[in-house]
Amino acid sequence: MSEERMSVIVTTIASLLFPFIFIFSFYVIMHGHLTPGGGFQGGAIGASAIVMLIVAYGAREVYKKASDEKLSIFESVGGLLFVLVGILGFILAASFLSNFLVGEPIFGNIPPFGSNPGELNSGGILPLLNIAVGMKVIGGLASVVLIMALAGGEKK
Amino acid sequence: MIYNIPFYTVVALILIGLYAMLFKRNLIKIAIGLTILESGVNLFLITLGYRKEGVAPIYTNLPSGIDVPDKMVLPVPQALTLTSIVIGVAVLALVLSITMMIYRHYGTLDSRKVRRLKE
Amino acid sequence: MNVDWLLEHSPALIIVLPLLAAFLTPIIDKFSKKARNAFVIAVLIIEEILVIFLAHDVFTNGIHIYTMGAANPTETVPAQAAVPIRIVLEVDGMSIFMALISATVSLAAAIYSLAYIEEEKGKGKFYTLLLLVLVGMLGMELTGDMFNMFVFLEVLSIACAALIAYRSHFGDSVEGAFKFLIISSIAALFVLFAIALLYAQYDLLNIAALASAINYTHLDKIALVLLIAAFAMKCGAVPMHFWTPDAYSVAPSSITAMLVAASQASLYALFRVCFTLYGVTLNLATIGAVIIIFGLLSMFVGVTMAIPQKDIKRLMAYHAISQTGYMLLGVGVGLYLLTKPEFSSYGIKAMEGGIFHIINHAMYKGLLFLTAGAIYYRLKTRNLNEMGGLGHSMKYTSIFFIIGALAIAGIPPFNGFASKLLIYEAAYKVSPILSIIAMLVSILTLASFVKVFHSAFMGPKIHDVEEVPKSMLAGMAVLTFVIILFGLFPGWVVSNIVHPAAQALADQAAYIQAVLGG
Repeated sequence: MSEERMSVIVTTIASLLFPFIFIFSFYVIMHGHLTPGGGFQGGAIGASAIVMLIVAYGAREVYKKASDEKLSIFESVGGLLFVLVGILGFILAASFLSNFLVGEPIFGNIPPFGSNPGELNSGGILPLLNIAVGMKVIGGLASVVLIMALAGGEKK
Repeated sequence: MIYNIPFYTVVALILIGLYAMLFKRNLIKIAIGLTILESGVNLFLITLGYRKEGVAPIYTNLPSGIDVPDKMVLPVPQALTLTSIVIGVAVLALVLSITMMIYRHYGTLDSRKVRRLKE
Repeated sequence: MNVDWLLEHSPALIIVLPLLAAFLTPIIDKFSKKARNAFVIAVLIIEEILVIFLAHDVFTNGIHIYTMGAANPTETVPAQAAVPIRIVLEVDGMSIFMALISATVSLAAAIYSLAYIEEEKGKGKFYTLLLLVLVGMLGMELTGDMFNMFVFLEVLSIACAALIAYRSHFGDSVEGAFKFLIISSIAALFVLFAIALLYAQYDLLNIAALASAINYTHLDKIALVLLIAAFAMKCGAVPMHFWTPDAYSVAPSSITAMLVAASQASLYALFRVCFTLYGVTLNLATIGAVIIIFGLLSMFVGVTMAIPQKDIKRLMAYHAISQTGYMLLGVGVGLYLLTKPEFSSYGIKAMEGGIFHIINHAMYKGLLFLTAGAIYYRLKTRNLNEMGGLGHSMKYTSIFFIIGALAIAGIPPFNGFASKLLIYEAAYKVSPILSIIAMLVSILTLASFVKVFHSAFMGPKIHDVEEVPKSMLAGMAVLTFVIILFGLFPGWVVSNIVHPAAQALADQAAYIQAVLGG
C-alpha cells in the first residue's frame, strides 16, 4: 500500500494544490453562462484534481476518503438536479427546461445586448444546469479513474 | 486554398482512424483508432462554423469595432462538438474498462486470440 | 394536474420519467432493495400507461408536437427566427407505435429481472442502466431532431454495452460487449458525420425542416449512404450482422429482449431517414428494390446460420437477423409498389405487414429469449446438447416456449401468422419468388425451433430442477398475453394501430407541416 504513495514532496504539493484546482473548477462552472467553459469543462478540471490525489497518494488511500459509491451518489444527485430543474420548467412555466428564472432575484437579471463586461447574476436556469452537470462530471469521471486505478493495482 | 487544409486533415484523420480500427490487432490500438476517427468528425464540425477573420461568439468584452454578430464564428457547431466530445469521453472510458476486463480474462490484448465466441 | 396538461406534456414526460428514475434508483438502492425493485416496476408501469395514453391521442388526433424550453410547447418556429431552433419532439403514429414496443418490452424485462439477476452484484446499477436503455430508445423514437437522435443513439449504445458486459466474470460477455461497443461507436460517428454534412448545407438540424429543404445534392447522397450504413449496422441486417449473435448470446436474457427492441429503434431511425428525411426526393422503386435485396439476404443468411447452432441464444439471435429480413422485405415491397398506381393498395398492405411484424417480432423474440434465460437460470448452460427433459419439471416455461416458437414460425392462431400473411400477399404482386423464399424461410424457422424444443424440453427427465420463480414467469406472461391478444384480433390491431403507423411513415407532407405550419 505504501509503495503506491509517492514521496513527501509530491503529496504535500498535491494537498496544497488541491483546493486551488477545485476553486478554479468551481469558477469555470459558475461562469459557464458568461465565458468559455461550463459544467463539463469545470467538472473535468475538478475530476483532474481528484486524479492528482490518486496519482500522489495511491488509489486505496483516496478510496477511503471518497469511495466510488459516494462519488456515484454525488453523480446521481447531479443528474437528479438537472432533471428536476427541467421538470420545474413545466410546472412553473410553459415547457420542459423553459427558463422560469428570468426576472427573478436569483440569476434573473437580463444583461444588455452587445459587448458588455458580463454579469454573474444572469442566465436564469443555465447556472443551475451548469452546476448539475459539473457535479455529474466530477462524480462520473473521478469514479471511472478511481475504479480503473484500483483494478490496475490489484493485478500486481 | 489555405482554407481547405482543415478538410484535408479531416479526411486524413478519418481514414487513419478507420485503418487503425480495421487492421490493428491490439485492442488498445483499436480504441486509439476510435478516438482519431472521432477527432476527425469533431474537426469537421468545428471547421463548418468558421468564418474568415471571425471572433469567438462571446459577448463579454468583445474587441472594439466588431459588429455583433456578423463577425462571430457560428456557435452551434461548437455546441455540437462539445456534446460529441462528452459522449466520446464516456465511450472511451467504457471501451478501456472493457479492454481491462478482457485482459484480465484472456491475458492478452491480441484480438486474434480473444475469440471464445466463435464457433 | 388535469388531463389536458398531462397530454400536452406527455412527450417530454415519457422521456424524462425514466431518466429521473434512473438517477433516483442508486439513491433508493442505498436504503432498501425492496423499495428499489418496487420503484422501478412502478415507474415502468406508469410509463406504459403514459405511452398508451399518448398513443390513443396520436391515433385519434394526429401528430403531437412538443418544443423543449419554449414559452408555448406547440410553437416550433420562434417569432424572431425563420426555422425551428429549439429541440422539437415530434410524435406521429410510427413514433408512438415504436414507443409502445419499447415500453412493453422494458416492463416485461424488468419484471423478469427481479428474480433473474437475484444472485448477481451491483443490481442498483443494473436497473439504472436498464432505465437508461429505455430512455435511449424512447428518445430516438420520439425526437424530431437529427442531433438529438444521435445523442440518444449514443445513450442507448453505451447503456446497452454496459449491460451486455454485466456478467463481467465471464470472459465471453466482455468480448461480446467490446464488439457491440466498437460497432455502435463507428455507426454513431457515421451518423454524426452525416448530420454535419447536412448541417453544412442547410444550417438545419430539425428533421422536418431538413426534409423540406433537402435538394438531393451529391453531399446529400453521401450523407444518405452514411446514415443507411450506420443504422443498418445497428439494426443487425445482413451484411453487417456479425455483432448480433455475439452480443445477444452473452447478455443477460432480460437484456437480450431489450436489445431486440433497441435494434428496432435503429430500424425505426432507418425508416425515418428513408421515408421522412429524404422521402419523395428518392427514387422509391430503386430504394425499395435495394431494401428488398437486403431483406432477402438477411432472411436467408440468418435462418441458414441458425440451423446448425448449438448455443440456444446464439440460435435465437440468428433468427432475429432472419426476422429483421421480413420487416425489411415488407417495407421494401411497400416502397416498390407505392410507385405503381395499380398496386398502391398492396403497397400500403406490405408496409403494414412489415410494421406489424416489428411489434410481433419484439414480443415473440423477447419471449423466446426470456425462456432461454429461464433454462439458463436453472441449468447454467446455453448448450442444447446438455439440456433435455425440461418439459417434465418446467411446465410453464415450456408452454411459453411453444407459444413463442409457433408465433415465430407463423402458425395461425398466433400473431406471427397475421403479419407474415400480409407480407406474402403483397410480395406475390412483385414477384412470386419473393413469397416462396419468405415461406421457405418460415418453414426452416419452424424446423429449427422444433429441434430446440425436442432437445430442450422433450425426452426423459435428466435434470432434477424446479420451475423458475414467479416474477420470471410474470415477465414472460406479459409478452405472451400480447402475443395471444394480437393473434386473436389481428384485424383490430392492423386497422387501429398498424395502419396509422404505416400512414404516418408514408405521409411526409404531414410530418413537415406539423413543424413548419401551412
